Amino acid sequence: MAEKVLMKGNEALAEAAIMAGCRHYLGYPITPQTEVAAYMAKRMPQIGGVFLQAESEIAAINMVIGVSAAGKRAMTSSSSPGVSLKSEGLSYLAGCDLPAFVVNVQRGGPGLGGIQPSQSDYFMATHAGGHGDFHMIVLAPASVQEMVSLTFKGFDLADKYRMTSMILADGTMGQMMEPVSLDMGEITHYDKPWAVTGTGGSREPNSIGRPHNIINSLLLQPEELERFNFERYARYKVVEENEVMYEEYMMEDADICLVAFGVTARVSKNAIKIAREQGIKVGLIRPITLWPFPKAVLRNAAEKVRAFVSVELSMGQMIEDVELATRCIRPVLLCNRTGGVIMTPEEVVAKIKEADEIGGSK
Amino acid sequence: MDFKRITLFSGHYGSGKTNLAVNYAMLLRKEKENVAIADLDIVNPYFRTKDSEDELKGVGIRLISSEFANSNVDLPALPADAYTMIDDKSMYAVVDVGGDDRGALALGRYTDAIKAENNFEMLFVINKYRPLTRDVKSTIRVMEEIESACRIRFTGVVNNSNLGMETTVEDVLETVEYAEEISKIAEIPVKLTSVRRDISGEVQKKLENVWAIDIHFKREWSI
Repeated sequence: MAEKVLMKGNEALAEAAIMAGCRHYLGYPITPQTEVAAYMAKRMPQIGGVFLQAESEIAAINMVIGVSAAGKRAMTSSSSPGVSLKSEGLSYLAGCDLPAFVVNVQRGGPGLGGIQPSQSDYFMATHAGGHGDFHMIVLAPASVQEMVSLTFKGFDLADKYRMTSMILADGTMGQMMEPVSLDMGEITHYDKPWAVTGTGGSREPNSIGRPHNIINSLLLQPEELERFNFERYARYKVVEENEVMYEEYMMEDADICLVAFGVTARVSKNAIKIAREQGIKVGLIRPITLWPFPKAVLRNAAEKVRAFVSVELSMGQMIEDVELATRCIRPVLLCNRTGGVIMTPEEVVAKIKEADEIGGSK
Repeated sequence: MDFKRITLFSGHYGSGKTNLAVNYAMLLRKEKENVAIADLDIVNPYFRTKDSEDELKGVGIRLISSEFANSNVDLPALPADAYTMIDDKSMYAVVDVGGDDRGALALGRYTDAIKAENNFEMLFVINKYRPLTRDVKSTIRVMEEIESACRIRFTGVVNNSNLGMETTVEDVLETVEYAEEISKIAEIPVKLTSVRRDISGEVQKKLENVWAIDIHFKREWSI
């Protein structure tokens, strides 16, 4: 067992990125993720890495494209309004099939919104990260330890599938302090024959055994663009088949199933303890990957439970994926707060009771 | 305990200053009538003294805090009434200074007055389990950065080394040497070792000046 340290979620994520081999941090400060940048500003010079505060979020994500095109692990981090700005770059990353690691420590929106925690960028992360057909791998940590482990995992998945991995955290995850172990094991190195690494000083195209690489997302021939999209989605299918992560909590005998990620999964666990003391059999399915979403797990759960409650800090976004995954064969209720307000376990218990009543018998 | 009129808690970001300041004010209130806690943390927008507002007011401790603390307004503003702690000589003030040199810079506004009155304690809060203050050398560097930012020298060390709710008695005892080394280099005493109340009894058997503290930031998502 490795030695533990007490870290803020944002700091832990930053240190994990360094351990994952990231030596290029390009970012721009915004509450509540600024500690990522502050930590990188202190650490990168110590290890010969690059910390760069770009002139804007858009500049930062485009720098990530550059670093990634050169075959290096790069990251940027921001919070909701800043991630909106990055959406163009996210689309270009997908169009170029480049790996990247992007962090969204969400705050309340829309617009400038507030600075308190939120989960209202679920749609943006899982369905509409930018224009065009593409997906990102979306990872939702629910503890400071997972800010570490999912960061490590995120860099790996990005290289493995040449995709963007996004950590979709919330202000609480970024700001809370918990003891963590930073022992993450070995990094897997992936060959990057596509990287733009020069031609060894020669202008002859084949001087290093391959033609010079070009990274580009402009494909003007419709058939060619279509072919690339089909190929990309074949790769996404592999991700959906192999990379789904979730946690089941007290689901063995559950009549009611809560679905929650990040901070609301923690509130839900506290609510489950209270509800079970009152005799209601309730459990939790916590998606750890929001894309790929644990569809099969929820579909199977729908055969066993009477109702679902989606617990979210939004006006109801993940609930649509729960309804789709379960084919609406059970009622799906929404327990939500928004704007930076976190629901209490008691509010979740009230919703559990409502679900218990309308769920009917199996 | 020998209380100075102004007690300042400063240290590395996340070392536990805010929680210690709240605990200290509670302790102080048991002996003194006019007690206030001033939140000068302009760095951290999330966990602040204001989280304990009801608890503090309930025992008659005045909270001097920015209008914007814990609001959705991300303004690094000092509380308008912070100068009360300087002017009102009958007040016992506990000051929660922001983390690191960046946080301590704001204290400079009050430095000359604090020094002139010369009835203060400036406590350096340390936590060996924080990644950027794992060793004596880096902790001393943080200390010097804070001192030059706010222009006040520390008068004592509070060893608040902890791993949150997972802290064991051994975790605390392992840091004694670290705290003593810092004390020796900085030429200031380790005034207190702050320990979560439920394990403080055990630590007390092996260590002097143990301060049993309560954790004041339990939230709906706390496990």
